[in-house]
Amino acid sequence: MGVEQKVLGSSRVMSPVPGRRTTGNRMLQNMDWLTVLIYFLLVGLGWMNIYAAVYSPDNVVNIMSFDINSGKQLVWIGASLLLIIVLLVVDYKVYEHLAYPIYGGIILLLLITLVVAKPIAGSRSWLDLGGGIRLQPAELAKFATALAVSKFLSTINLRQQNFKDQMKLAAITLLPPAIIIMQNETGSALVFAAFILAYFREGISPLILIIGGSAAAIFILTLLIPKIYLIMGVTVLLALATWLDYRLLKRYKTIIALWAVVVGMIFSVDFFVNNVLQPHQQNRIKALINPEADPLGFGWNVTQSKIAIGSGGFWGKGFLEGTQTKFDFVPEQSTDFIFCTIGEEQGWVGSTVLIGLFMFLLTRIVMIAERQKSVFGRTYGYCVASIIFFHFLVNVGMTIGLAPVVGIPLPFFSYGGSSLWSFTILLFILIAIDANRSQDLAR
Amino acid sequence: MNYLETRKYIIQGIFLLVGALFALRLFYIQVVDSSYKQAAETNAIKSVIQYPFRGLIYDRNGELLVQNTPVYDLMVIPKEVKALDTLRLVELVNLPLEDVRERLKKARSFSYVQPSAFYQKLSTEEFARIQDNLIDFPGFYINARTARGYPHQSLAHALGYIAEISPKQLEDSTYRGYRPGDYIGKSGIELEYEQYLMGKRGVKYKMVNVRGVEKGSFKDGAYDTLSVAGENLISTIDLDLQAYGEFLMNGAKGSIVAIEPATGEVLAYVSAPFYDPNLFTGKDYGKNYMTLLTDSNKTMFNRPIMASSNPPGSIFKLAQALVALQEGVITPNTGYPCNQSLVKCSHAHAAPSNLSIAIQTSCNPYFYQVFRALLNQGKSKNTYKDTALGLADWREQILTFGFGTELGIDLPNEKKGIIASTDMYNRVYGENRWKFSTIYSLSIGQGELGVTPLQMANFMATIANRGYYINPHIIRSIGEKGKPLPEYQKKNYTAVDAKHFTPVVDGMAAVVESGTGRNANLSKLGIAVCGKTGTAENPQGKDHAVFVAFAPKDNPKIAIAVYVENAGFGAQSAAPIAGLMIEQYLTDSVTRKSMEKWVLSREYLNVK
Repeated sequence: MGVEQKVLGSSRVMSPVPGRRTTGNRMLQNMDWLTVLIYFLLVGLGWMNIYAAVYSPDNVVNIMSFDINSGKQLVWIGASLLLIIVLLVVDYKVYEHLAYPIYGGIILLLLITLVVAKPIAGSRSWLDLGGGIRLQPAELAKFATALAVSKFLSTINLRQQNFKDQMKLAAITLLPPAIIIMQNETGSALVFAAFILAYFREGISPLILIIGGSAAAIFILTLLIPKIYLIMGVTVLLALATWLDYRLLKRYKTIIALWAVVVGMIFSVDFFVNNVLQPHQQNRIKALINPEADPLGFGWNVTQSKIAIGSGGFWGKGFLEGTQTKFDFVPEQSTDFIFCTIGEEQGWVGSTVLIGLFMFLLTRIVMIAERQKSVFGRTYGYCVASIIFFHFLVNVGMTIGLAPVVGIPLPFFSYGGSSLWSFTILLFILIAIDANRSQDLAR
Repeated sequence: MNYLETRKYIIQGIFLLVGALFALRLFYIQVVDSSYKQAAETNAIKSVIQYPFRGLIYDRNGELLVQNTPVYDLMVIPKEVKALDTLRLVELVNLPLEDVRERLKKARSFSYVQPSAFYQKLSTEEFARIQDNLIDFPGFYINARTARGYPHQSLAHALGYIAEISPKQLEDSTYRGYRPGDYIGKSGIELEYEQYLMGKRGVKYKMVNVRGVEKGSFKDGAYDTLSVAGENLISTIDLDLQAYGEFLMNGAKGSIVAIEPATGEVLAYVSAPFYDPNLFTGKDYGKNYMTLLTDSNKTMFNRPIMASSNPPGSIFKLAQALVALQEGVITPNTGYPCNQSLVKCSHAHAAPSNLSIAIQTSCNPYFYQVFRALLNQGKSKNTYKDTALGLADWREQILTFGFGTELGIDLPNEKKGIIASTDMYNRVYGENRWKFSTIYSLSIGQGELGVTPLQMANFMATIANRGYYINPHIIRSIGEKGKPLPEYQKKNYTAVDAKHFTPVVDGMAAVVESGTGRNANLSKLGIAVCGKTGTAENPQGKDHAVFVAFAPKDNPKIAIAVYVENAGFGAQSAAPIAGLMIEQYLTDSVTRKSMEKWVLSREYLNVK
């Protein structure tokens, strides 16, 4: 820690930069090519599956055609390549130095969007750039916030549990999702919960992770299991814990309080679902619990998505052979429900390979994060992993009926320029920082 | 490694745990649980059954008996119905408003997006009228299919009919492959030969999108199968003879069964009263069926094979004579006195000095004595036991004529009739508590005997063949060049040797020549008819008239049984009908118009 602090301190002093050429060469040598390879694999596979999702056998259009999503995605991919070059060419220190200005700029953009955006399907999150091109600043808020919190964490010590610092961190993290919720993009706002994983690594109490996880678990369990059983379960569990460790008896007040809190939560779930959530959100909760209750209504997405994936079998139906996705049974097939296409056409094998790719990417990013010498670099790496993981968790989870339907894309895979660029920026800033990690010591 | 760095394992652990959980969940829904695959097929693949043409049925001369005619159903897809003018629809289909509403409701509850039949079996006029107006009724369309049609209105009982498969049949594994709404043979030939007539269904797999719009064939039709038309059947029925039989029996109750002795082929199969088979094809099928099923004349009762409880009457004396000859208890020259103290004789005649005369005069006391000689052969000293032994022997031989057993005709629900047995009497009277005097009425064909008209005709075929019969059947060929089923190609020999038939046949010739069967006499046409009258006692009312015959005497071409209910003596009604039928069959015309007139007048019903 001490060493890193020193390094950080020294990095603020602009040292003479070696010649561009040498920097570029070293950069290419030190780049984590494995991660880059997985990136291109995911983007490429995503592109093919977007084509499969929009493919229509009675009107076959070339995969490159700009009339369909796959053709457009090719443009976004091309633009991403330019973006990658820019991200790598720019001096890597910019990301740390300009973290706050970038964050501020995005907050401003979010606010502007909130004011000027025309509602599209109830959401005021799209900024019309003219020429049919639209931008969703909420997507860009993810990497901007990641930069800002990394920068902030590199200046404080989270382990010291300084309340003021913690509040500041919470404010930086929660400001963008607050605006995004106002834009009516609750799904994108939820993503910011992922930062908790990065903070866990940087030293917040594991209790927060445990309490957060337990609250989510109690919420889901309350929906799935009759309350009386749940309360009985909690009571038995606490009683068992006390019986196993009699010392807990001395803290009986805490135990009883804990019991009361949990029971209170169980009873407040109904209130939360029925009175706090909006009707369409209520339906998504209901669809998760029992999609068969209204298979043609709120259960449609989940039911059809499971049918499409489930019909894929072990080997899948083959590229472009999926009937469920091809004939529009699954909604939003090229964006949020893109996983259905791979599930149906590539089967369990293809789905598992895709999950494997994500697992590989995520653990690789953690590895990259851990080898950073700076707190900034490490925290940023964990933020990247957390954001990608949260998208993966919720997106794939909803298609297989394990998570409520939340409209967030599958990273690198789903159709859409904003999301592809946002994830490209997110990932390649990390790759740029990582490629230059030795410079901190070299100096 | 500081202690915070170890948290990377927890974080990576969370990642991998979720990844593994997802892979497991995917394995469950993709590999383990097959319900999603079925749901996907129901979703996107519509199988369209290609119904083959049902096989046609021809008579023995190539006349079409059953054909396929187009019918039109008015279908509805509730989802596509827009701005429905219910009152105009009521006018168009000519149904009450309530009914129309009910039908629409039923269609909706069946499926909102799938077509269902709104109004089935439109007549040609209705079809034309509705078709012209359909443009104003989105969501409605006409579906053409075929139904059975009968150009000749004959042979309804034997042909049977087809109707929608019943829910009960659908549960039966025999009918695997049938779907609700499929048509299936319900009776007669249609039921018996269902597997040949139905043909092979084809299926086309069409892909449909989420809105149910067809998107071409599934896998370019790789799994599609073509339908194969059902086999045509060639019946043994002679349509002219059949129609003439129905003409003669119109208004009467009873049966006519005619068989070609050499082949066992059924030439005519009349069950009166009969009905027009076309009644079961229109949209009033249900109503018509119930009317016929419940009428007092029992129209739906398939008399030739189901009227099994009536005793055969005097025609059974022929069987008694044959068995007695075989057993050697009489010779052709055995004479018995016409002893009226034993049993009454219906008409006065000279003492039968031989068997032929006894048959010609249908002498009751003669056959009483023949039967006694048969049963009490002295095999046991105990007269009860002797009778029981005799009856068991006798029964065994009688059964070889096809009595008391199913003849295995290719029609469903054939009854086997009754032939008295020792068990039967033991049950009624107790063992060793009955003897000849208890059961003597069997000798003249009354008592514990039940014979179907088909068995009577088959009996005639057996005598015509001098000792064997081929199981009667009504389909001679499956497919134009086919053969009858193997069971209809083998001879069943009776227990009686061929030589014993001669005196019986001579007696039968005499019956027609100068006995009770004179009304069937065709000697002016040069045809020697052999026959026998009978009267079946009927405790419920007037006796039933029976006449059995075959002709010509040598090289017989037709064996026939005529059974007229409540018509009294066989001589007055059944014999003339049999004579006319034989004449029609052998000469292709009827010259004896006065006889025909007598039959049609039904005056025989009034003869006391």
